[in-house]
Amino acid sequence: MALTRAAAAPTPADEGLWLRVSSALWRRPWARATLLLTPGLAWFVLLYLAALVVLLINAFWQTNQFTGNVVRIWSVSNFTTILTTTAYLEDIGRTVGMAAAVTVVDALVAFPFAYYMARLATSRTRTALFVAILLPLWASYLAKVYSWLLIFTRGGLLDWSLGKVGLGQAHLIYTNWAVFIVFCYIWLPFMIIPVYAALERIPNSQLEASQDLGGRTWRTVRSVMVPLALPGIVAGSVFTFSLTLGDYITPLLVGGTNSNSIGYIIYNNVGTANNFPFAAAMAVVPIVIMAVYLFGARATGALEAI
Amino acid sequence: MKMRSLRRYQVALAVAGLALISAGCGSSAGSGGAPSGSGGTAGQSVPTAKLPVLQKIGKGEGKLNLIAWEGYLQPQWVKPFEQQTGCQVNAKYAGSSDEMVALMKNGGGGQYDMVSSSGDADLRILYAGDARPVNVNLIPSWKQFFPAFKSPPFNTINGVHYGVSLQWGPNVLMYSKKAFPTPPTSWSAIYDAKYKGQVTVPDNPIQIADAALYLQKHKPSLGINDPYELTQPQFQAAVSLLAGQKPLIEKYWDLASQEIFDFKNGNATIGAGWPYQVSALKADKFDIGDTIPSEGATGWADTWMLAAKAPDINCAYMWMRYISTPQVQAEQAVNYGETPDNMLACSYMDKIQAGSCAQYHANAPQSYFDAIALWKTPITTCDNGKQDCVPYSDWVSAWNTQVK
Repeated sequence: MALTRAAAAPTPADEGLWLRVSSALWRRPWARATLLLTPGLAWFVLLYLAALVVLLINAFWQTNQFTGNVVRIWSVSNFTTILTTTAYLEDIGRTVGMAAAVTVVDALVAFPFAYYMARLATSRTRTALFVAILLPLWASYLAKVYSWLLIFTRGGLLDWSLGKVGLGQAHLIYTNWAVFIVFCYIWLPFMIIPVYAALERIPNSQLEASQDLGGRTWRTVRSVMVPLALPGIVAGSVFTFSLTLGDYITPLLVGGTNSNSIGYIIYNNVGTANNFPFAAAMAVVPIVIMAVYLFGARATGALEAI
Repeated sequence: MKMRSLRRYQVALAVAGLALISAGCGSSAGSGGAPSGSGGTAGQSVPTAKLPVLQKIGKGEGKLNLIAWEGYLQPQWVKPFEQQTGCQVNAKYAGSSDEMVALMKNGGGGQYDMVSSSGDADLRILYAGDARPVNVNLIPSWKQFFPAFKSPPFNTINGVHYGVSLQWGPNVLMYSKKAFPTPPTSWSAIYDAKYKGQVTVPDNPIQIADAALYLQKHKPSLGINDPYELTQPQFQAAVSLLAGQKPLIEKYWDLASQEIFDFKNGNATIGAGWPYQVSALKADKFDIGDTIPSEGATGWADTWMLAAKAPDINCAYMWMRYISTPQVQAEQAVNYGETPDNMLACSYMDKIQAGSCAQYHANAPQSYFDAIALWKTPITTCDNGKQDCVPYSDWVSAWNTQVK
């Protein structure tokens, strides 16, 4: 379209050139597609795929035990180590469990919120709520986690408030509960927005039809709303699940001695142990988990709802 | 229908992309750094040992690229150097020993001239062939160094120097004076179930050496002589001591700022740390105590190592000459809170800040030095030549899979 509009160039010579280019593009849809997609695809191939391929290749190499130099001998020993070491399997299990728990809780919190936004709120309230959801996304991730650190710490806001109402001390700092709460908070907007989009799309006529057929509120929610909103929930869960699965900063900052995550093992092996191949092998784990997850999500048609 | 399925496919790709960024986040960023050189030479010889050393310092190259700990390149002593030599100092700060090893390895060679690495990294750097022999005869102040730092085993192999020693300091036992009215005198406090949930130690595999040092004194039957040279049974004893300590730990700290935060907020009352945290807490008026317990302590000793492919070698030698002089040594020691390697630095320290020479032990007797087991990279070859010591990579995996 932009090209046709540009054809309004002043000089006749230019006009002829632009006309020829635009009509050539008009006749050849494949050329149009190439022109529009090349920059994005080049970016995708170079930055995502190339980096991933390097990662995958590295996963099959080793490092020299002492100098840390990479030894390019093919073997699956990194994967064997991951699959046979109890500590790594526990860490993977903990991370997946955490991602699942965060996803479920975020979905439970997000659904009524998104429902209110999409179907009950006035347009003014809706805007205000949108701002409320999006505003924290503009704040630095680290600042948000650190502010939770101040809430959870001994004698921090939480303990202080509980003490005021006579409930004693929660002492959540450096526990998996702290990690869980921070994750739920940080990824909540990523759940609300797709659920909102899905709920907003449900035609009123379908809800009316349900009521006309004798469906009470609860029945309508269960049989009409939730199935129609499900793709939105699944789409949101892809975000909350994958973001939790890959994160290491929150467990590092508010987690305790039992909070190692997949991301932390990767970080630790690149940063501290200087064992890039092992980190690469570990990075394959969340990729496999997400592939399985996305395959399941695709079956629900959720990927269209994003 | 076709249109529909195409769209689904595109969206799936986009989502997959997003998921991959988040999932593979830490690693894909670094994957561009292709490994330099292959293979290694564990416990045999330094690949660069035969490189010729500089015989005479020539004209400066006009610049010097340094990898350093934060606080090691302060304008107070870098500015005068630049004026004297015309070598413009470009600083790259590293956050950990391992980052320094990685920077020296992945700099592609020829990017950096020197690194101020600690003893736990030095051997890894030089055995990887990333450091270059140094001619100490071109560094006059080297002769004024305490004997222990002239040719220490962490930067000098078979009489060949790969850099010049800089400064050192202990890893101290820190305690909140409010929680400990009677100062603790033994590391046993951080292994004592009485202090469950109040202990903090560094999140660092080299911590195994601290456990080994403790066992050296408390379990002589293990026969530990050097906490960095552990046979398999000695190593396992240290690891299980730390695994037993885990339930007592409130937090394994990664950043000095975390430990400062935890002491200030009462999340921890006792733990292992550096003099840096102690002085930061004191500056904040927190009632912190620190001691080198009866068992002694581990410590770090830093070296300015010369990169194998240093492009600015004349400026690098000028820097080694400059940074070794007693005045500059004193300035850095007082500024950072560590002990200088130059014996003559003491009087200059007191001129900068009265009493600082004694405070940072720059005039301490040999017995003080003997109480500190300085960091060095654990390698398979023990001092007695046997090949049965546990190498550093096993320390890392034990720390991650058996301790934490």
